Amino acid sequence: MTIPVPARPKFQDPQIEMAHGAGGKASRRLVEDLIAPILLNCGEPLGDAAQLGIGGTWIAMTADSFVVSPLRFPGGSIGHLAVNGTVNDLAVSGAKPEALLVTFVIEAGLSSWELEAEIEAIASAASRARVVVVGGDTKVVEHGKADRLYITTAGIGRPLPSMRLAADSVRPGDKILVSGPIGDHGVTILLARGGLDLEADLVSDTRSVFPLVESLAEAAGAGVRWMRDPTRGGVATSLNELARDAQICVVLDEAAIPVRDEVRGACELLGLDPLHIANEGQFIAVVARQYANEALQAVLNTWGGERAAIIGEIREHPAATVLCNTGYGGSRVIDMLVGDPLPRIC
Amino acid sequence: MKFVDEFREPEIISRVVAEIRRLADPKRHYRFMEVCGGHTHAIYRFGLTDLLPENIELVHGTGCPVCVLPMGRIDDALELTSDPKVVFAAFGDMMRVPGAAWSPLAWKARGADIRIIYSPADALKMAEKNPDRHIVFFAIGFETTAPSTALTLVRAREKGIQNFSVFSNHVTILPAIRAILDSPDMRIDAFLGPGHVSTVIGCKPYEWIAQREKKPIVVTGFEPLDILQSIAMLLRQLQGQLQGEDAKVENQYTRVVPWDGNRAALRAIAQVFELRPYFEWRGMGFISQSALRIEEEFAAWDTERRFAIRGVRVTDPKAAQCGEVLKGVLNPAQCKLFANECTPEQPVGALMVSSEGSCAGYYNYEHRKTLYSDCCSSVRCVP
Repeated sequence: MTIPVPARPKFQDPQIEMAHGAGGKASRRLVEDLIAPILLNCGEPLGDAAQLGIGGTWIAMTADSFVVSPLRFPGGSIGHLAVNGTVNDLAVSGAKPEALLVTFVIEAGLSSWELEAEIEAIASAASRARVVVVGGDTKVVEHGKADRLYITTAGIGRPLPSMRLAADSVRPGDKILVSGPIGDHGVTILLARGGLDLEADLVSDTRSVFPLVESLAEAAGAGVRWMRDPTRGGVATSLNELARDAQICVVLDEAAIPVRDEVRGACELLGLDPLHIANEGQFIAVVARQYANEALQAVLNTWGGERAAIIGEIREHPAATVLCNTGYGGSRVIDMLVGDPLPRIC
Repeated sequence: MKFVDEFREPEIISRVVAEIRRLADPKRHYRFMEVCGGHTHAIYRFGLTDLLPENIELVHGTGCPVCVLPMGRIDDALELTSDPKVVFAAFGDMMRVPGAAWSPLAWKARGADIRIIYSPADALKMAEKNPDRHIVFFAIGFETTAPSTALTLVRAREKGIQNFSVFSNHVTILPAIRAILDSPDMRIDAFLGPGHVSTVIGCKPYEWIAQREKKPIVVTGFEPLDILQSIAMLLRQLQGQLQGEDAKVENQYTRVVPWDGNRAALRAIAQVFELRPYFEWRGMGFISQSALRIEEEFAAWDTERRFAIRGVRVTDPKAAQCGEVLKGVLNPAQCKLFANECTPEQPVGALMVSSEGSCAGYYNYEHRKTLYSDCCSSVRCVP
């Protein structure tokens, strides 16, 4: 008798390219077809943080690495991102962030004051996000073998008892809530690189979303079914993951999606869709229809949630698809990010 | 957003859509070709086909320069980077276009010095900053982008910059339109004329399409209202033709396109470029006098003269039906490879690579809308 070996989806891409790190389709393939089959033995959809029970206590755990260039940009720096990114992964998994580990990979030649500035940034972001840094590690590599500074943070949090989040609990009729204007971070970074000769009065949205999540949990915790922080790949990619994991259709109302004029303008010029642009201080949540108003009010009434909005709803068909209705009666499919966002040529 | 939202105003759009419905003869089937890839992208992105009556079919034309570039040209250019002195600089859209084996992006991941730039002037600056390297600018595009390449070459000569050259893949729009009209399996009633190309060449060069071929053509902008208004203008012309009026060239995009074009830009093209006797268009074969090469006078900045270019020819995979889609004979979903072997992530045919390619547009914005026929009514809300 032969024992059936479970079929392992094979990773077909011959080499790792930048797209595998862009948060879109290629990233998902890398994780689902190469990393998860070897390292993880759960068949569940992967979320922003893992929850595990240790000695009867449930904790949420996650890690994130930061390789942003330039290190500093309007509204923040790699140090702020390193704290807020991991804090937000915990928050949108329905957990209260508690503690972080911070690891630095430093290129020889980085000036001490630049490193100090990032350590200060970590301290101030951690204190604002009410998490403690409890340890970490430092490595230095030769000049030219890394780009100045990379930071990895790992975090643990305490799951909020009022929220039980799972993609498969999402039902037709549920509403999609976004905590604020989208695309600020990605466009800020794009402009900060300076290659475009474009300027806009725009800052990164990097911040902890936990205060907003906490208000949401208090007001409508039982009605919140799913949450994500739409970082790389943007809102479009997160919602496509939901649509595929839950085998449902997400229908967005384009006119309802909050986007700052500066972001829309830059995206129009560069041929990008704000739905594909990274955010570092927003979340999207699926809320049961009967809780939708309370949920929206709770976020609107919390500091930093003033531009929250209901941007769409869940339907049954076509499954595994995200659609967007334009303000004037047309509709289009919104796919995951493919490749790195590249502007068109004519 | 100012000067954009006005052209997406739902109320005006619904009025134009009502006008289109009134003008379209329900007993007739209309095939309008939008020549420009920018229009194809806009039509899909704004979901405009949802707004049109079913008897108006938009056929996607040849106006995506990335899509019509033969694969061999990419291989030729990538081969140059085996010289460690050479930097390959190109627009972002070129980066994922596969050659016979690799795309520039995959080649870059293996260590070649390939850089994305946003204007040819950036490539020239790069050359000034890196005197020990040779920057090859992979120039591509219709008459829209040719003037900026031309002016960059003029500047390179003025400044005496020696470590810079241009690999010209510039093509011209009119021979492509003629090839479409000459194609025996083609039946197009009228054209949405290219908007950006016309800012340079103006509207006059299209007059033969109206006069000799008797096809109405309206030079069109890129916002939803532009495209819908142009469709209404074409319908009005077709109605007029039934009453004996002549087809004509009309300019809907007057806020950008001057009737006579941009003389300074045309002068720049004429100074630097000459017509090639013939050039290969992917999916369409060789078309005579359809592309631009660099004049003898600028030979020192012509990649094709400075380096030994092999002139690789790569045939498209047999199963890919890019040519038929490109000429509008098939719609993207009718190609055997569509969404199976050929996706925007792993494109087989070029129409899947550029966001302005009709297959990529159809794949990204359209095809899953119709997976379940019962759902379409729920996502369509035609005013």
